[in-house]
Amino acid sequence: MANVIWTWIAAGLTLAIFSFLYKDNPFYKLAEHIYVGSSAAFWFIYLWYFDVKPKLVDAWLQNTGFEKYILIVPAILAVLMLTRFIPTISWLSRWAIAFTVGMGAGLGITGALQGFLVPQLQATLLPIWVNVSDKFTVNLGYSLNNFILVVGTIATIFYFYFSKEHRGGLGYASKVGITFIMIAFGASFGYTVMARISLLIGRLFFLLHDWLHLV
Amino acid sequence: MNFWERLGKIDRRIIYLVVFLGVIIPILLKVTFRVEPMREVKQAYEEVEKLPPGSAVMISIDYDASSMPELQPMLVAILEHCFKKDLKVIMLGHWPLGLPLGQIALDKVAKKYGKVYGKDYVFLGFRPGVAAVMINLGKEIRQVFNSDYKGTPIDSLPIMQNIHNYNDIGILIGLEAGSTGDMWVQFAQARYNAKIILGATAVVAPDLYPYLQANQIVGLIGGLRGAADYESLVHVLGPAYLGMPAQTTIHVLVVILIILGNLGYFATRRKK
Repeated sequence: MANVIWTWIAAGLTLAIFSFLYKDNPFYKLAEHIYVGSSAAFWFIYLWYFDVKPKLVDAWLQNTGFEKYILIVPAILAVLMLTRFIPTISWLSRWAIAFTVGMGAGLGITGALQGFLVPQLQATLLPIWVNVSDKFTVNLGYSLNNFILVVGTIATIFYFYFSKEHRGGLGYASKVGITFIMIAFGASFGYTVMARISLLIGRLFFLLHDWLHLV
Repeated sequence: MNFWERLGKIDRRIIYLVVFLGVIIPILLKVTFRVEPMREVKQAYEEVEKLPPGSAVMISIDYDASSMPELQPMLVAILEHCFKKDLKVIMLGHWPLGLPLGQIALDKVAKKYGKVYGKDYVFLGFRPGVAAVMINLGKEIRQVFNSDYKGTPIDSLPIMQNIHNYNDIGILIGLEAGSTGDMWVQFAQARYNAKIILGATAVVAPDLYPYLQANQIVGLIGGLRGAADYESLVHVLGPAYLGMPAQTTIHVLVVILIILGNLGYFATRRKK
């Protein structure tokens, strides 16, 4: 019975949100406010139960010695972050922000270099003349694929070279670069259309299958 | 106002109505198409297929209800494949709102194959600090998850007896609605050489292709189409497979609308 009630509530909220496609109305506003309110409540609970309580409160109660007293540092940083609400001492929050930025940058830079930049550079160093196993015949498909990849990468980098006016050879290279960028945007747009339609299919499938039992 | 000018000023609500009908009619008529799986999805399937029975597969739920239509069918199809092959499933998540979705799929498919919790599969749940969690999983899972989703110590679960880090995991499968997939590659693959398959929403998927091309991931399942491909490979006709006719109809419609819109634009511009 509970499932049936929740299905009806979900279906009602779905239709209320869809009604915005016609025009703004009180049903849409109601659904929107329920969504915003429940999300805010969820994140409040989430931060307490998944972050502050286990990592600070429970850890303080369970640990002893160094592992216990080191928790004073994040606790102080957390309190400093709250000083943003008091204009006269809000500058203290910068210490906490500096800690977060420093940690984030450290993790981000090593991750990006080790996991993205270097492997992606390696993957671009490709032969543009690929032979098949007899070593004399060219594998046209692979060669063409590698050629497009190498030219696309170099031309796109040229497009983002802003220290010299894009004229002459650099101008042609950057035009090739922008063509590759536009093709990439087109592919992303196509995928985005697919994603949005998938969400619509999912919702309509829910209405027809779970709610109305028509399919 | 001539035909071309009218074409450029179609009321958006008419387009919404046409799209609505384009989705709802194929679903109501239960039309089905044969799906020819894409190469990257076949690669993902074959990597799972290659694992010997008893191997562990780690599945990360990095999405929530807003991406459920695309990623939930993908998860169900992957779980079907894993349990059919007697693989051990270790599930966790970096998106706390998505955890119940993982639990629902896990319970449903495990029940279908008669799998036992703690022996054949385990749900570790969520811990905060995405990057730190990924890095520490590479050292010792117990440093991050000393208990499962319901608070049971993981050392008391037979499935976890010989599993300590990525070296003991056959394949890591991340189901992604955001940038967590990039972090799996940066922290689990680059640092610990973990073998990764990513399943992603269609919005995220184009950004993951460079990882596939660079062999940083061994398979990619993109969007509802990718989910349909995986469903067809494991012979499960789920919601993704059934949604493909509606998807195709709307794609054709969008192409027609783009062509008509451009024709209208150029015709009216010439007139000016």
